[in-house]
Amino acid sequence: MSAHTEFHTPVGGRLMTRPFMVLLAIACVGAISAAYRFMNGIGSVSNLSNGYPWGIWIAIDVVIGTAIGCGGYAVGLLVYILNRGKYHPLVRPAVLTSLLGYGLAVIAVVIDLGRFWSLWKVPIYVWRWSHSPQLEVALCVAAYNLVLLIELSPVLFEKLRSGASSGLRKLAQSGLTFVEKSFVWVLALGLLLPTMHQSSLGTMMLLPGPRMHPLWFTSWLPLLFLINAIIMGLAVVTLEATFSAAAFRRPRETAMLASLSYVGAWIALGWAIFRVLVVALTGKLGYLASGYGIAFIGEVGLLVVGAAMLLSEGRRSQPVWQVRAAILLLLGGAMHRVNTYLVAFNPGSNYSYFPAVPELLITFGIIAAEVAVYVAAVKTFPILRGAVPAKASS
Amino acid sequence: MPLDRRVLLKSLTFGGVAATAGAVPALARVRKVAPPRAMGMLYDATKCIGCKTCVVACKQANDMPTEPGPWKESNLYDAPLDLDGKTKNIIKLYREGERTSYVKQQCMHCVDPACASACMLHSLHKDEVTGVVGYDPTYCVGCRYCQMACPFNVPKFEFSKAVPKIVKCELCRHRVKDAAIRGADGFTRYPKGQGPACCEVCPRDAVIYGTRDELLAEAKRRIAAFPGRYFEDRVYGEFDAGGTQVLYLAHVPFEKLGLPKIGNEPVPQTAYAVQEGIYYKLPFLAPVGLYAVLAAVAYRNRRAEAVGAGEKEAKS
Repeated sequence: MSAHTEFHTPVGGRLMTRPFMVLLAIACVGAISAAYRFMNGIGSVSNLSNGYPWGIWIAIDVVIGTAIGCGGYAVGLLVYILNRGKYHPLVRPAVLTSLLGYGLAVIAVVIDLGRFWSLWKVPIYVWRWSHSPQLEVALCVAAYNLVLLIELSPVLFEKLRSGASSGLRKLAQSGLTFVEKSFVWVLALGLLLPTMHQSSLGTMMLLPGPRMHPLWFTSWLPLLFLINAIIMGLAVVTLEATFSAAAFRRPRETAMLASLSYVGAWIALGWAIFRVLVVALTGKLGYLASGYGIAFIGEVGLLVVGAAMLLSEGRRSQPVWQVRAAILLLLGGAMHRVNTYLVAFNPGSNYSYFPAVPELLITFGIIAAEVAVYVAAVKTFPILRGAVPAKASS
Repeated sequence: MPLDRRVLLKSLTFGGVAATAGAVPALARVRKVAPPRAMGMLYDATKCIGCKTCVVACKQANDMPTEPGPWKESNLYDAPLDLDGKTKNIIKLYREGERTSYVKQQCMHCVDPACASACMLHSLHKDEVTGVVGYDPTYCVGCRYCQMACPFNVPKFEFSKAVPKIVKCELCRHRVKDAAIRGADGFTRYPKGQGPACCEVCPRDAVIYGTRDELLAEAKRRIAAFPGRYFEDRVYGEFDAGGTQVLYLAHVPFEKLGLPKIGNEPVPQTAYAVQEGIYYKLPFLAPVGLYAVLAAVAYRNRRAEAVGAGEKEAKS
């Protein structure tokens, strides 16, 4: 990362624009709802029940939120493992998106946990660790947040390096040197941890076995979730790069995004084919003739249509088609996750679930905060590629 | 060089697949069996008269709060409709045409409990001697994964409290002491106040307390003594869901009483086969190996890039 730092510059400009204040307002409303929840219990703001103990806070904020945070993971795999150095300019903003996605997922978890004050015991009380897939997710997500902070720390050090105080400058330089030296070890951890917890997010929903709809109950769920995270991560990088370029008048990465999208399209197609094959080979196609069939066709169909858009070279070289396809891929990926965590879970006909208004406000607040922090960060720190066109970096 | 890379990529792919795929359930885990002194209950629906004495006794024995009734403008309490944060034990009536049966619902104390498998710090844990699934809030973070996992929908959560807990039947483990006497009939007797409250107060012995082995023998004795009385001539919980320590006899189909038909496989089987296959069968070999491969490939790529950049500079 740091070998290419000279290309990144802060966007600058006024922070308190009107859209930014709208974002802050939405985040504030969410925070007020969250405060009410901490005083009066989870039931006071949500429609969560003993039948549906998990709702949108888990399914959207955590399960989809961390997949959106897989941009850094997906691009990291391409750049450092498959050695596609050309995608390098995408890495830093993707890592920022990842940190936001994962950081806010942790906040959502704290809101959702009934006894959040005991959370510190999970990494400390090693002797009480179980083999629960959720323990694996909890530890890996916590560790990954630290890794992302280290991966993004050059941003802060570069900012400090250009500062006035010579002491700070020296500190920043030694920080940069440290990150540079430990780069490979941290990076490998940053690729290992999402591999582990994104697959474990799939394993987690194997435990409610008898209450899961057969279309989503397959021991391939961990692999499906892992690949799904890569598809969503690549789609998020496309969207984030396109919108940043437009909003902050930065050079567009259209050609780069075209080939990135093409990679994503084939992965998505592979995922869709595999998903249908597993269902067909386990003799579960009959379940498609029901409401659940629509949910299944939705998650597969969105991916297939999104991927198909990108197969034509003419289309995928146009930003508008890149964005359209990315939105479909993101929705398809997210739908698989909501389906697995909410739709396919059936606690019996006595229970139903639809999120309550304050419950939704908390989720909206978290999303708004995520976008607001992203805007503030790229305006203040050297994250996006500078306006001066850089040389090809590979 | 290209060959090297192919080899690396291949090993990386295999590592990734091994670390994630459900291709490992072949490494099935060892089936758990009930401990020899496993305690449990036997509920016989043909004997239950629906007096709900057990519901009241359970509330008293466990200091449970009263449940407001569905009637808005009165102070009439404690006619709970279902298990919840205030009720650990309940009697319901099943009726379909002429056919009726009462049913008692509480924790089944599974031989291989899904709730305890879900729990990160063994806050829900199965006692090694009695097999009772108990709860210790000290280590509970309130994630409610136990609720997601339980196929019987038993663990309940206090949604209306700022400091909530999980609530479920713990077989009155706070009352039980080791003071049992073997009766002349070969059946173990428990002194008053030292067994589950529901069993102690039942006027019809519709629910009785004992070791799982004794209860199973008693249930089979009843099936043999009254041919045709019991549904499928079998005990629910002997094998269901990998076996439970609370056993049921009934004259109507079990699934009508809310006892789901979920097969004899323990509920956590698939999840654990995958999770333990990946992480614990060869302890942490998959993640450590994958880490080594990732670091090696990244290191190699980076060095190649640095050399390439150096060459470019030298040329220009």
